[in-house]
Amino acid sequence: MSVHQISVFLENRAGQLAEVTKLLAENGIDMRAISIAETKDYGVLRLIVDDTDKATEALLASGCILSKTPVTVVCVPDQAGGLAPVLAVLAEGNLDVEYMYSLFTHKEGKAYMVFRISDEEKFCALLAAHGIQTADKDELGLK
Amino acid sequence: MANYYQPEIETASREQIVAWQNERLLKQVQHVWDNVPYYRAKMEEKGVTPADIKSIDDLHKLPFLTKADLRDAYPYGLCAKPLSECVRIQSTSGTTGRRVVAFYTQHDVDLWEDCCARAIVAAGGTKEDVVQVAYGYGLFTGGPGLNGGSHKVGCLTLPMSSGNTERQLTFMTDLEATILCCTPSYAQYLAESIEEAGLRDKIKLKAGIFGAEAWSEEMRHDIENRLGIKAYDIYGLTETSGPGVSFECCEQTGMHINEDHFIAEIINPETGEVLPEGEKGELVFTSITKEAFPLLRYRTRDICVLTRKKCSCGRTHVKMSKPMGRSDDMLIVKGVNVFPSQIETVLMEQGYPANYQIIVDRVNHSDTLEVLVEMAPDKFSDSLAEIAEQEKKLVGALKAMLGIFAKVRIVSPKSITRSEGKAVRVIDKRKI
Repeated sequence: MSVHQISVFLENRAGQLAEVTKLLAENGIDMRAISIAETKDYGVLRLIVDDTDKATEALLASGCILSKTPVTVVCVPDQAGGLAPVLAVLAEGNLDVEYMYSLFTHKEGKAYMVFRISDEEKFCALLAAHGIQTADKDELGLK
Repeated sequence: MANYYQPEIETASREQIVAWQNERLLKQVQHVWDNVPYYRAKMEEKGVTPADIKSIDDLHKLPFLTKADLRDAYPYGLCAKPLSECVRIQSTSGTTGRRVVAFYTQHDVDLWEDCCARAIVAAGGTKEDVVQVAYGYGLFTGGPGLNGGSHKVGCLTLPMSSGNTERQLTFMTDLEATILCCTPSYAQYLAESIEEAGLRDKIKLKAGIFGAEAWSEEMRHDIENRLGIKAYDIYGLTETSGPGVSFECCEQTGMHINEDHFIAEIINPETGEVLPEGEKGELVFTSITKEAFPLLRYRTRDICVLTRKKCSCGRTHVKMSKPMGRSDDMLIVKGVNVFPSQIETVLMEQGYPANYQIIVDRVNHSDTLEVLVEMAPDKFSDSLAEIAEQEKKLVGALKAMLGIFAKVRIVSPKSITRSEGKAVRVIDKRKI
């Protein structure tokens, strides 16, 4: 089961992010990863949450504009140089990183990175070929 | 002190002016009746024929023309001459995207240039002068109009067009320009650039002819002090020819309308009723000498006052005040006409919500136009690059529609106030 990211449009204005996080808290939704990409006027808030459907429903009901995107979550050894082999794979496959960020979740010496790559299929195939693991919803404890 | 380009016309007696107007109006009404089916239909609808117009006192019987008519009749519907006799067009933006295209015969161009020449001479211009024309050239009437007028006076004409300030200053100082023609906000900007470059002692300007946008007495004093010149206002609109419909004389208390070419009326914009002299209302023009694009009773939407008080300059033609506002929602940004409806059209074509807000400001003497647009679900993406791509497309479409750059700011959905009935579509922060 692939992991989905929720992307929310946020205008660059005081209190915008607070509103979204408050709404998620009120609905008992736990954020597992958060990342913001911004321009001068607006930003895109990217979230991995424990209950994507419930969060989506709540955000839409409050008038937010959002999208759901499947992303690849890669298991990375939680140690110095852990990320390097993954990036080497990207370089080898001549793949572009659209964005990446880390999950708060840690497990038995493992950390997790979210990747959005120009060619996900090729990325996953290359990861498998190099014996690099990816994580699904179950491993991360997401609904 | 009085300088005239055509003294016998500019100082003609009122009786003479009325005689010209009567004769030319009758001829013009017949010309339009015979050659412009669009206006003829409007006359027929009102039950008026050329026989009903015996003098300018009957002018009020004729139907009005509006910008909407220009749109409906676009492009050739109001052209009264065969294209074989037309030599030029000029154009300005219209409502909901359709541009206004005005046609000129060679005779029309000549008369228009005469009007501009009158303005240049009234500002002290002679054939000894070097005239720097820093209005835009092209479809915009500013550059071509003043350029032609300057030629008629015999001035050395610098066809600079707008922008490229550094080059403007180089020519202004090297060729010792004496008269500057541009928008008043650009004149302010040039004045500031001259100060910054320490060129104040090197300029030889004595006068400026500034129009195409609203400006105040404070702006006039600022420009006059900083450039050491006298600053004259000039008025016009593409529909009636361009700049030179009216111009200021040395008295600087209003603009003389060239009444041998245009009959001016002031009407109540609500009822269309003609108001007596001295009352504030909407300015309406009838072109009585134009051959190719003879508009009868064209509603300018500019609000102003007319006065026939004797002018110390000796000119006898009626004076109009600076426009004090508009009876429609048209904005003038960088001298360009902008209608909120044009922006709305682009937003809808591009799939954005029609709930927008326009913010106009003046930064460093230059107008800025910003459009607040609400994000829409199908315009959103998790990728900033894709959102930016959409935004770029919108900016491009706005530029194509308006002819000037508008900054786009994407805001939260439903964040632009809609309550209390009518949304505030335009915020004009300019202090003019």
